[in-house]
Amino acid sequence: MHNKTLSELSQALHLREFSSVELTHYFLDRIKRLDTHFNSFITITPDIALAQALAADERLQSGDATPLTGIPMAHKDIFCTQGIKTSCGSKMLDNFIAPYNATVVENCLAAGMVMLGKTNMDEFAMGSSNETSYYGPVKNPWDTKTVPGGSSGGSAAAVAARLTPIATGTDTGGSIRQPAAFCGLTGLKPTYGLVSRYGMIAFASSLDQGGPIGHSAEDVALLLNAMAGFDSRDSTSLNHPKEDYTTHLNNSLAGLKIGLPKEYFSEGLYPEVNKVLDAARDQLEEVGATLHEIHLPHTHLAVPIYYIIAPAECSSNLSRYDGVRFGHRCDNPQDLIDLYKRSRAEGFGAEVKRRIMIGTYALSAGYYDAYYLKAQKIRRLIRDDFVAAFKQVDVILGPTTPTTAFKIGEKVNDPITMYLSDIYTISGNLAGLPAISIPAGFVNQRPVGLQLIGNYLNEARLLNIAHQYQRCTDWHRQSPPGVG
Amino acid sequence: MSLPKKEVEKIAHLARISLNEPDISLDTRHLSDILNLVEQMNSIDTTGITPLAHPLDTVARLRPDIVSETNQRDHFQSIAPQIEAGLYLVPKVIE
Repeated sequence: MHNKTLSELSQALHLREFSSVELTHYFLDRIKRLDTHFNSFITITPDIALAQALAADERLQSGDATPLTGIPMAHKDIFCTQGIKTSCGSKMLDNFIAPYNATVVENCLAAGMVMLGKTNMDEFAMGSSNETSYYGPVKNPWDTKTVPGGSSGGSAAAVAARLTPIATGTDTGGSIRQPAAFCGLTGLKPTYGLVSRYGMIAFASSLDQGGPIGHSAEDVALLLNAMAGFDSRDSTSLNHPKEDYTTHLNNSLAGLKIGLPKEYFSEGLYPEVNKVLDAARDQLEEVGATLHEIHLPHTHLAVPIYYIIAPAECSSNLSRYDGVRFGHRCDNPQDLIDLYKRSRAEGFGAEVKRRIMIGTYALSAGYYDAYYLKAQKIRRLIRDDFVAAFKQVDVILGPTTPTTAFKIGEKVNDPITMYLSDIYTISGNLAGLPAISIPAGFVNQRPVGLQLIGNYLNEARLLNIAHQYQRCTDWHRQSPPGVG
Repeated sequence: MSLPKKEVEKIAHLARISLNEPDISLDTRHLSDILNLVEQMNSIDTTGITPLAHPLDTVARLRPDIVSETNQRDHFQSIAPQIEAGLYLVPKVIE
């Protein structure tokens, strides 16, 4: 049951081969038995899941079901869920029961999906290894000595271990694509503004974007159908007509022009990873695509400017956690400043404090022009590199990450090395472009991700290419050892 | 560049985060490392380039000025650390 695709599950539910309640019990049981090895969930919600499954079965009975009705899923613990703890991986929000639902949560409910629980993540989505979570590190099902990537590491590990058929994630600098790559999954970061940010706890508002993490392009397209859509409650939501992202999956790739940025295949990329990508390029050529070398000359500045823009926005967004209205509050505050300072020092972990402080510095009097404004100017140059590239090619292909999953603890004391593991994903956020990571092979039994970056609102095209690639490969159907 | 300890203490105060004395030297090193990484920005001239605030260069959407949310004070205050008579309580600010 746990190796079925979303379409297969949907068909079986519609044909009453099993009920949503049975399917939900099945996955809840897997979580209970297996998640002790991975720590991928922060909260499991069996009662809510079974109530939603019962309602889904009634919908299926009455003929008012969608293709997603009755299918279990998990939400990254960054999405507010009414009446359910929403921790964002932080001690600060360990006691936070969200008073309302995020739009993404509402959309999934409206489609009739069943929420199994909330997945582990780097604290406030700041991290690339899931080691900054207050709830402990998540382990990669492919090798439990390695990290699953981050920040959506719990979602990725849960899907890879077949504890849920699919999950939501968010991506500010690679947080959907990098864990998808490390866990052998398909993960899509949509165009900035396609998926509502309402009720999605903010990290860096001009970069944050929600998206699906699943096994295949087809599964991801189905969940994106539910997640995406205009939302008047998000001031940066795009007023873009609803699309069915499954419509173009079977289009031919004949004549597709794929750009290979010289800067993505240079030093820093592990030769073994490059070899895997070589094979993928050949396969895409075989199905009709042509390959073209392109240049994205400002790539090397993406990580440096990201570490001004993201912390600046984070320092502003996280100022709301003050121990007054919700979240952690220190004991016996001496005065108001002491209340703020100690509540925040106790509630936030080291990485979050580091980023708040960098952002505070970059935005402080006398430094704004030299840091934030300068970074936003270079951000335009990076965006313009892509605009120029998309005049020559339809899509850009490169690695998702320079290496495969690294060992737990390997980079935790060296923030800069950790930051550089997002070198290929960060540009997509800075430019607001859609990008997908798909499994493309293995190096020493660890999955390798291939990244496709598309032009604005070209999600359907990205999913089409990914689906065609997945028709002639079976990397996305591999299971971690012992998971079956 | 290396941030002086005093500067780190000032940033922490502005960010309203109390620092643990034993951690300050590590914090200082990490923050200095990040600023060194960021220094690479200065390798190019950005004179005359307009900063990019929104990746799609769109402007904020406007809506009619009408009430769209209902008052949910009790609901929102049910998760507050300390309240009284509908007010959030903090240590005394004015004597």
